[in-house]
Amino acid sequence: MTPNESPPRRQTMRLVIVAVIAAGATVLVLLLNRNVMTRKAEALQTSFKVVELDEKTVDPAQWGKNFPRQYDGYLRTADKYSTKYGGAGSDGMPKSRLEEDPRLVAIFDGYAFAIDFNQRQGHAHMLGDQRTTRRVTERPQTGACLHCHASNTVAYRDLGLHNGAPGSLTDAFASDTAQAQLMAGFEVSCMMPYDEATKLVDHPVACIDCHDPQNMSLRVTKPGFLRGIQALAKSGEPLPHLPSIEHWRRSDRSKPYDANRDASRQELRSMVCGQCHVEYYCGAKATLFFPWDKGLKVEQIEQYYDEYKFPNGTPFTDWTHARTGAPVLKAQHPEFELWSQGIHARSGVSCADCHMPYRREGAIKISDHHVRSPLLDVARSCQTCHRFPEAELHARVATIQDRTKALMDRAEDALVQLIGDLESAKKNGAGAAALQPAQALQKKAQWRVDFVNAENSMGFHAPQEAARILGEAIDYARQGQLALRNGK
Amino acid sequence: MPTHPPLRRAAIAASIAIGSFAGAGTYTFINAEGLSYLSDDPAGCVNCHIMREQYDGWRHGSHHAVATCNDCHLPHDTHLHMLLVKASNGYHHSYAFTFQDFPEPIRIQPGNSQVLEANCRRCHEIAIGEITAHGTLGVPSDPVQQTDLFGCVRCHQSSGHGPTR
Repeated sequence: MTPNESPPRRQTMRLVIVAVIAAGATVLVLLLNRNVMTRKAEALQTSFKVVELDEKTVDPAQWGKNFPRQYDGYLRTADKYSTKYGGAGSDGMPKSRLEEDPRLVAIFDGYAFAIDFNQRQGHAHMLGDQRTTRRVTERPQTGACLHCHASNTVAYRDLGLHNGAPGSLTDAFASDTAQAQLMAGFEVSCMMPYDEATKLVDHPVACIDCHDPQNMSLRVTKPGFLRGIQALAKSGEPLPHLPSIEHWRRSDRSKPYDANRDASRQELRSMVCGQCHVEYYCGAKATLFFPWDKGLKVEQIEQYYDEYKFPNGTPFTDWTHARTGAPVLKAQHPEFELWSQGIHARSGVSCADCHMPYRREGAIKISDHHVRSPLLDVARSCQTCHRFPEAELHARVATIQDRTKALMDRAEDALVQLIGDLESAKKNGAGAAALQPAQALQKKAQWRVDFVNAENSMGFHAPQEAARILGEAIDYARQGQLALRNGK
Repeated sequence: MPTHPPLRRAAIAASIAIGSFAGAGTYTFINAEGLSYLSDDPAGCVNCHIMREQYDGWRHGSHHAVATCNDCHLPHDTHLHMLLVKASNGYHHSYAFTFQDFPEPIRIQPGNSQVLEANCRRCHEIAIGEITAHGTLGVPSDPVQQTDLFGCVRCHQSSGHGPTR
C-alpha cells in the first residue's frame, strides 16, 4: 500500500458501505410501504361480491363466498366447549342434564323432557340434535319445532306458495305477498308431523334468517317473533330497553308495530336473537305463538297462559304431571325475556354486543359470528365497557351464577318435596277438591323454577329478577305443602 | 467529482442508493399520510381505523366542540414535552399496527393516563380546584394499576368518547 493510494481507497470503502446501508434501508422502507398498502386495501374493501345473493339463497356456503370472515365464525359454532354452567363439553359427548340433576326427572315426570334432556350445543348442531333427540324420535312432535331449529325463511314461503299464497319467491321480503307466503307456510308447517316437515329444511339457522341478502342489514324473519313483538307493542308494559316500541306507542298506531320498519339497528342486534331465544308454545294444539300479550315478565306470561284457551276450548297446559295429576307448564329458553329485566338491556347493551363482540382482522372490524358464551372471550365482550382485569370479571359472573344456582337448588328441592307430598296425599285417597289448591301451587312453583333453569345464563341476564322468581318458587312450593296439611 | 475511478464509481453508487432511499422514504411517508400526523385534525388519528370507535364516540361526546384528540392526549406544559409524547405514541402505534401484535380491547397506558388527567385539570381547574386541592383524584382504583380508568374519567367516562354504546 503506497501513501498516495490510501485515502481514495479508504474513501471508496466508506462510500460502498454507505451505498449498501442506503440500499438496505430502501428495501425496508419499501416493505413498510407494502404493509401500508395492504392495510389501506383491507380498509377499502370489506366485502367481495363473488356470487349473487337473493331471497332464494338459503345455503350459508354461498353467502360465505361473499363474506368469508363472518362465515368462518359461523362454521365454528360447531365447536364443542363448556363453561361452569353451560355448553356440551369438549369431549364431544352431549351431557345429560337429567344425570347431572336427577330432581329434573321428578319435576318433568310425564313429559318428554324426563326421557332426554342434554346440555346445549352451538348453533351448528340445532337441526341435527333436534332430529335425533328421543323427545322427537319417541314422542310425536309437529313441524312447529322447526320454527327455531332450522333456516325456514324460504321453506315457509315456498310452502305458503304451494298452499295458495299470492306472488312468487322473488318478491321482496317486506312485500305484502312475501309476508302472506311466510305466514301461510308457517301455519301449515305447524300442523304437519315433524318427520314430514323436517324434509322441507336443510340448514340450521342461516344468514338469510337475520340478514337482507341485498344489503346485509339486519332483519327478523321468524313468524312467531313478528307476531309476538306486535302483541308486546300493543300491551301497556313499559319497555324502556326497546325505545322504538315506546316511540310507536306514541305515534298514531295506524299501522301495527313492525320490527323491520321501526326498530333501530341496536335493537335488532337483540331482536334477531329473540326470534328463538324466548318462551313460546310449540305443541300440536295450536299454531306456535309467543305469550307476550301482557308483557315479558314471568307472571305476565303465566297470566296470559292462565287465560288462554286452545282452539278446541280446553284451558292452556303443556302437560299433566304423571305423579300428581297437576296441569303444568314447561318454559322453553326465555333469554330475551330475562335479559329484558336486567341492567344490561336497560343500558342499551344488545345480545350481539356480548355474544358476537367485534373482532379485528387487519384494518377490518367484523362482528364475531362464532356466537357463544361471553365467558370464553371476556376481553372483547366485557372489557369493552368494564375496564377491570379478566379474572375480576370472571369472578363477578361466578358470584352471580353460584348464588343463582344455590337458590335454584333450594327451589328445586322445595318443588320435589311438594311433588312427593302430593303423590302421598293422592295415594292416601285425597279427593280432587282437596288436591286442587296444591296442584295449582305446584304449577306456579314449577313454572318459576323452570323459567330460570331453562334460561341459558344461570341468572346472569338479570340476577335480581332471577332471584325474585326463585324466591317466589320456593314460597309457592312450601305454600302447596301447607295447603295439603291444612286440607286434611 | 473524484478522479480516482473506483472512488468515482462508489460515489455514484452511494448517491443512487441514498437518492433511492430518500425517494422511497418520501413516497412511503406521503402514502402513509405522514403529514396528517403532524396536524391537529382528529381525522388523522383514525387513518389506521383502529380507533374508529373512539373517534365516532368523540364526535357524539360532549367534548367534540371544544377539544380535539391532541388537546386531551398530549401534554401542554412545554412544546418539547408535547413533541416527545407525540413521537413516543406515534412510534408505539406504528409498530403495533405494522406488526399487528397488540391486545384488544386497546387500553391507555399509565403515562398517557397522567397526561389525560393533567389536561382535564388544565381546562377545568377553576371549577374543580377546590376538589383536587387535597389530592383526592388521580388514585388508581386498582392497587396493581391494571385498571386504566382513574381520576376524572373514572366517573366522567363518556365526556371524551361519548356513550360507550
